[in-house]
Amino acid sequence: MAHLEVGSEAVAVVVNGDPREVPAGSTVASLLASLDLDPRLVVVERNHEILRDRDSFPRVELATDDTIEIVHFVGGG
Amino acid sequence: MTTIAQPVLDTPFVVGDREFQSRLMVGTGKYASNELMVQAIEASGAEVVTVAVRRVDLARSKDTGVLHHLDTSRYFLLANTAGCYTADDAVRYARLARAAGFNEWVKLEVIGDQESLLPDTAGLLDATRVLAAEGFKVMAYTNDDLITALRLEDAGAVAVMPLASPIGSGLGLLNPFAIRTIKHRLSVPVIVDAGVGTASDACVTMEQGVDGILMNTGIAAAGDPVRMATAMKLAVEAGRLAHLAGRMPRREVAVPSSPLGGMLA
Repeated sequence: MAHLEVGSEAVAVVVNGDPREVPAGSTVASLLASLDLDPRLVVVERNHEILRDRDSFPRVELATDDTIEIVHFVGGG
Repeated sequence: MTTIAQPVLDTPFVVGDREFQSRLMVGTGKYASNELMVQAIEASGAEVVTVAVRRVDLARSKDTGVLHHLDTSRYFLLANTAGCYTADDAVRYARLARAAGFNEWVKLEVIGDQESLLPDTAGLLDATRVLAAEGFKVMAYTNDDLITALRLEDAGAVAVMPLASPIGSGLGLLNPFAIRTIKHRLSVPVIVDAGVGTASDACVTMEQGVDGILMNTGIAAAGDPVRMATAMKLAVEAGRLAHLAGRMPRREVAVPSSPLGGMLA
């Protein structure tokens, strides 16, 4: 990993069941951007709580051991 | 100038606070391609289109979401809770679906058994109560049991959706009597969901007097889904009209259609 500035560490989270490290200070918005996901087309659940307000995504910082679920609509009957 | 009045052929199809033109609702699963899905849905004339809630596949997020392909200004999205085996799971999925921001409707499934995919009716009732209290419009997928259907109506479902036969089986309407009984006793719309395999199944089902049909595999797994979607559209309309028209009585003896008199000596 590239040199991290003093005070910045990687944060270990779980995204859709897979362990993942994100830079300290990452938000839900930056996570979605790093995954190339359009916030309008997904629903995000953080630690079993739905983040209903998409406008809040840039303000919600990820914390160590956060469990994030990113879901969308797929074909079904 | 003579004008022929357009006869009123059908009554309005109202579910909850919505009125629909088409009595056929279709799923979006199991199509060989998204293009085929879009064409088949178009051919079906359906306005209500079901979708499932799943994790985004982070390895290939671009092409898995159905919203990249469906015109959501044109179709009413009905999220399902397929794959949920407990009331808690189904409630969680329904809440996620509502947070997508389209509507507060859900096709509620609480499955009781992996092999038959038959509903867990106790869990279904629990989830219906919870979701109805939260303002959801619950369309409950259930078996063809009258008592469960009545309880679902009491629990606040806006529509009850008994199966014709198990999900994906294509066995058609196995118990017309049970479906007629449910329709006769319920006030909310009865929409048969699952098991319709071909157009005649759809027609016979509508002839029982139910308000509509929801299907997926019957179209998606047909040899030519676009043709079958067209056939299903016509069959649903034909069955509906036949029901409204009222069939002739069955007789076990022949009755001539032509006059008995006037024959040559």
